[in-house]
Amino acid sequence: MELDVVELSRLQFAMTALYHFLFVPLTLGLSVIVAIMETVYVMTARPIWRQMTKFWGTLFGINFVLGVATGITMEFQFGMNWSYYSHYVGDIFGAPLAIEGLMAFFLEATFVGLFFFGWDKLTRVQHLVVAWLVAIGSNFSALWILIANGWMQNPVGAEFNPDTMRMEMTSFFEVMFNEVAQAKFVHTVSAGYVTAAVFVLGVSAWYMLKGRHMELARRSATVAASFGLAAALSVVVLGDESGYSASHTQKMKLAAIEAMWETHDAPAPFTAIGFPDQEARETHYAVEIPWVMGLIGTRSLTREIPGINDLVATAEDRIRSGIQAYDALMMIRALRDATPTPVREKFETHSGDLGFAFLLKRYVDDPRNATEEQIEQTAWDTVPTVWPLFWAFRIMVGLGFAFIAVMAYFFWRSSFRGQTYPRWALRLAVMIIPAPWIAAELGWFVAEYGRQPWTVDGVLPTVLSVSHLSVQDLLLTIAGFAAFYSTLFVIEMGLMLKYIRKGPFQDVEETEKWNARHEQRLRASIGTGNGNGFAAAAPPAE
Amino acid sequence: MILHELIDYEILRVIWWALLGVLLIGFAMTDGFDMGVGALLPFVAKSDTERRVAINTVGPVWEGNQVWFILGGGAIFAAWPPLYAVSFSGFYLAMFAVLAALILRPVAFKYRSKRDSAAWRSGWDWALFVGGAVPALIFGVAVGNVLQGVPFQLSPDLFSRYEGSYYGKFVGLLNPFALLVGVVSLSMLLTHGAAWLSLKTEGIVAKRARAIGTVTGLLTILGYALAGAWLAYGIDGYALSGEVVTNGPSNPLYSEVARTGSWLSAYTDRPWIAIAPVLAFIGMALAVLGLRAGREVSTLLWSKLGIFGAISSVGLTMFPFILPSSLDPRSSLTVWDSSSSHQTLFVMLVVTVIFMPIILAYTAWVYKVLWGKVTEKDVTGNSDTVY
Repeated sequence: MELDVVELSRLQFAMTALYHFLFVPLTLGLSVIVAIMETVYVMTARPIWRQMTKFWGTLFGINFVLGVATGITMEFQFGMNWSYYSHYVGDIFGAPLAIEGLMAFFLEATFVGLFFFGWDKLTRVQHLVVAWLVAIGSNFSALWILIANGWMQNPVGAEFNPDTMRMEMTSFFEVMFNEVAQAKFVHTVSAGYVTAAVFVLGVSAWYMLKGRHMELARRSATVAASFGLAAALSVVVLGDESGYSASHTQKMKLAAIEAMWETHDAPAPFTAIGFPDQEARETHYAVEIPWVMGLIGTRSLTREIPGINDLVATAEDRIRSGIQAYDALMMIRALRDATPTPVREKFETHSGDLGFAFLLKRYVDDPRNATEEQIEQTAWDTVPTVWPLFWAFRIMVGLGFAFIAVMAYFFWRSSFRGQTYPRWALRLAVMIIPAPWIAAELGWFVAEYGRQPWTVDGVLPTVLSVSHLSVQDLLLTIAGFAAFYSTLFVIEMGLMLKYIRKGPFQDVEETEKWNARHEQRLRASIGTGNGNGFAAAAPPAE
Repeated sequence: MILHELIDYEILRVIWWALLGVLLIGFAMTDGFDMGVGALLPFVAKSDTERRVAINTVGPVWEGNQVWFILGGGAIFAAWPPLYAVSFSGFYLAMFAVLAALILRPVAFKYRSKRDSAAWRSGWDWALFVGGAVPALIFGVAVGNVLQGVPFQLSPDLFSRYEGSYYGKFVGLLNPFALLVGVVSLSMLLTHGAAWLSLKTEGIVAKRARAIGTVTGLLTILGYALAGAWLAYGIDGYALSGEVVTNGPSNPLYSEVARTGSWLSAYTDRPWIAIAPVLAFIGMALAVLGLRAGREVSTLLWSKLGIFGAISSVGLTMFPFILPSSLDPRSSLTVWDSSSSHQTLFVMLVVTVIFMPIILAYTAWVYKVLWGKVTEKDVTGNSDTVY
């Protein structure tokens, strides 16, 4: 691969986004788990739940700060590396980012300080409210970020303005309730819950294997397993929702994920395993499951899902239409208010395909001068490289089902087998700690790589989105990020492990005081004979 | 939707120009003292306990304060996309330095006291120093460059190009006038940090902070006056020539710009704006006096007033320019030609009007809960709830 500004900008974005996304899922899930634990504490007043809240809260804090810090990079990078993108779609894309700050990030960041520093300054209920506000803030952050991202996948509620040479918002409502964005939000957030559940379960399992902090470990494992089972189920169901919305919004991405070269008679089969060959445009050694793809993709037995070859033909038509739009745009730009009505009308008719004309700019400066070969080549450029998508998707889905199995098993043991777990299961829980991160990163990859060659699907090609930078600029910052981020990662992992090894801070005095009071209450209730459970368990008085 | 027609495009643009100022000022007033404390750390606090006292004065609030900055970035993106696109890529390496500093700072706060090793802690203390001082300096340098014009040019497609090689662009930012503004910005935030420490700490830390703050406060006043004089006599201003359309589409190339006269001609056209520099001087002078006299709450408020005056004086002097181009004046970005669409500005205003009061209310509540001095007893007693 030759080193050019576009490839390097993509590399830098991928690097920093994947890195940021190492911390985000755990923040999303752990904030909720911590808030749940504190809720139990406030309801029961048992010190162990307070200690659990503080212990997992400490790990949450170590992770949270890197999520916040690396998130700043994400927000700045659009302007730094993707200047034309920022100009071209900022009118729509900027709004959810700013609203995220106003509605969510301020909330989570203002209260997270109080969460850690406010234990002695707030009442129990006040502190609980603070914990929930942090959790709600983090989750709302994800909502607005995914509304922004969803718009890149399915750009609704906007149109091109020839005067300003950019996309402008026509309906905020459509942008906000974009079906792709909503499906992505619930899928991503539940993936975060699974990540946190696997993390809490794994760390608790490690304590149980070592026979340490059993009180904390058992309770935490129960919370993680029940929360995790619900989350693991919804991540798969809601992922299916994403697939369904892709079948009518991002047909090419779906066809590439499935390595579906030809349109199949409905209902299409699902290729479980195979070896996609981009050159030959076919999939070798495909193992197909009949009907499944049609059912997932269209939820019907009769609707077809178009294959790659047909989609390329559609793309070619749209490129030709885009050239018409480009021609009209050039006239509008030259004549401005004096533009004759037929030219305006021609632009209106074809403006939806303008982005396809921009795809030609990779080969010619003026799309109107494109040759037939260039048009055909460009139509084929709309197909992302199939095999990485095909495999990334299958690994992600496989892991998703594995999480359901693991969580269901632990849920059963914790609910019906008295919170006892065989050693092999505990070892397994420790070993799979990294798995949700792999699934989450692959999910990001499928969504973003599958959108290529576009930054905004059908609207703006990636090659046009960059800034006017030099290769040296980019090499310098990439090297800088790589060195800086790696160091931070090592430091973070070191601290995480240190605090996991150290375990919870056991406030012995507090626990004993509570136990004494608790026993007193029990004795009192047995003594008067109206304590239900214990009176019944007492030997019959005959 | 036609609801957005309720407010005129021109008025929305002015409102968003003002809101941009509010966000930058909000950032300087709140995160400003965090950065000031970070940059002052090696000088006001010598022992580990002293340093922990200083760090814990901002420990619970820096995270929320920093959102002003992040929100500022988001608001520029949403309301002024061309400004976001041109400036963030034009100041590429400077932005990278700011980013690195701003990533380092949160991590340093959070991780510093998580290990007992002295080397570990002093390493993070340096990170806090860099994370406070570097952005404070660079923001000023950026303002200094904006006042002189930035070498960019917009193509007919509105793609922005810059003059010069990659290192040349960065080194070019460090010209004498810009460095002067950088020093003003740094010393202003150091003074603000000193005012905060004087309010939130006691004993030797507060005493050192007051001594240093007095000096940096005087330096700020001097530097601000000098920069003003330099701007009046040494730097050409920009002006819109030709017809000014305030309701038109956001295309910078549709307007004509001339490089004539002085920026300070704004003060003859609109004499009332002189109130901004006057407030800057009053605020900073009273902050210095307050630091000397050991007054606490009022000093912080005067320092905030100084910051308000200084930042708004820059915006008001340049109005309607936001980012002038030295390479091709016609490409300059102004309030009238580099905003979002009418509809987006309206939607964003509605969201801001709803959420800003809520944010201010809960931020105020958090500061109230945390009211009071941070003492040595606080940081030695509760090792699990403080940094």
